[in-house]
Amino acid sequence: MQKKTMYDKEKVLAGLTIFVIIVTFPFWYNMGKAAPAPEIKLSDKAKAAKVCVAPKSFMTAEHMQILNVWRDSVVRNKKRLYSSVDGKNYNMSLSTGEDSCIGCHVSKADFCDRCHTYASVRPYCWDCHIEPKENK
Amino acid sequence: MKNSRRSFLKISGLSALSLSSLSIGNVLASSGGGTNTTPIGDTSVKPEALKAKKWAMVVDVKKLAENKRYEACIEICHKIHNVPNMPNKRHEVKWVWEDEFKHVFTGQDHEHIPEEFKEIPFLVLCNHCENPSCVQACPTKATFKRDDGIVLMDFHRCIGCRFCMAACPYGSRSFNFFDPRPFIEEVNSEFPTRMKGVVEKCNFCAERLAKGQQPACVEVSEGALIFGDLDDHESEVSQILKKRFAIRRKPHLGSGPQVYYLV
Repeated sequence: MQKKTMYDKEKVLAGLTIFVIIVTFPFWYNMGKAAPAPEIKLSDKAKAAKVCVAPKSFMTAEHMQILNVWRDSVVRNKKRLYSSVDGKNYNMSLSTGEDSCIGCHVSKADFCDRCHTYASVRPYCWDCHIEPKENK
Repeated sequence: MKNSRRSFLKISGLSALSLSSLSIGNVLASSGGGTNTTPIGDTSVKPEALKAKKWAMVVDVKKLAENKRYEACIEICHKIHNVPNMPNKRHEVKWVWEDEFKHVFTGQDHEHIPEEFKEIPFLVLCNHCENPSCVQACPTKATFKRDDGIVLMDFHRCIGCRFCMAACPYGSRSFNFFDPRPFIEEVNSEFPTRMKGVVEKCNFCAERLAKGQQPACVEVSEGALIFGDLDDHESEVSQILKKRFAIRRKPHLGSGPQVYYLV
């Protein structure tokens, strides 16, 4: 049997250690510093309405799906009336005044931005759609 | 034990079979659940929306020249649709505008046309063609023709390639070379703006038709613009076109423009 030897043992091990430290740096550097999950502040109007166009859990996770459906429905199919599963009718619009999403969710900073900033997503809705006038 | 090729093939065949039957079983189980669990409701057309099979506009040129409402038409349209007022003419964005006879009716101009036609302004806008070349040119289907004849833009899909602008024979389309927001004097919150890099044009006030209202320019024109359904023989536009002679812009191109000018 041939004897196996490791050449430049010290250098290799030192290099490996540095490599592992650098790769795992983000993990141990941020350990215990996790930002708390954001909490959205519902406007009084949204609180009073109690229900949104779909169940809260769905809206939290999948509102972009419903916005996509609405967008295609309104722009491409002329259909602007939404009947939710629980039988209520809504005007399908993100940003056109009282009878739209922002009619109820009156603050972009307290509602949209809280999660979007936390999750580091930058939807381009407001490049064209006019954001609610903040009520502060 | 030494694996033979034969036993290897047997084992791999069996495992492939069991894996695929597993996934088929999953699909069957989920479809067997039956109910659709998506809590997205139904969408429908609002009852108050104006409906037609072929929207068209008739421009009473002389009436409009007499009552001088063309500026009001342009102003109201650009105001409610958040059309920016660009300082540089090369970056101009326009939905409705005015022009002279020789430019509007290219090729139909000659030196003996009545003096009045040479001077009066003609109101021009997207012709909402029956056979729109912009729709054929658009690679993303951002521009499309609705079943009521309106040629509409889905700004969400526009990638700003400007093929539609090259294809449109009427110059009805404008490109946003800059972010339009700083150039809008007073933003109307009832209608979105556009962003840099998209094309825009007249939409025959689709958002107003959906609420049961006539287009804004028609409303302020004091009767010089008439809007209606050409598929309906009883409609005002059909009746007028039956009685009075009307011309269209560049009809020989075959695009079938739906804006008619009474002369």
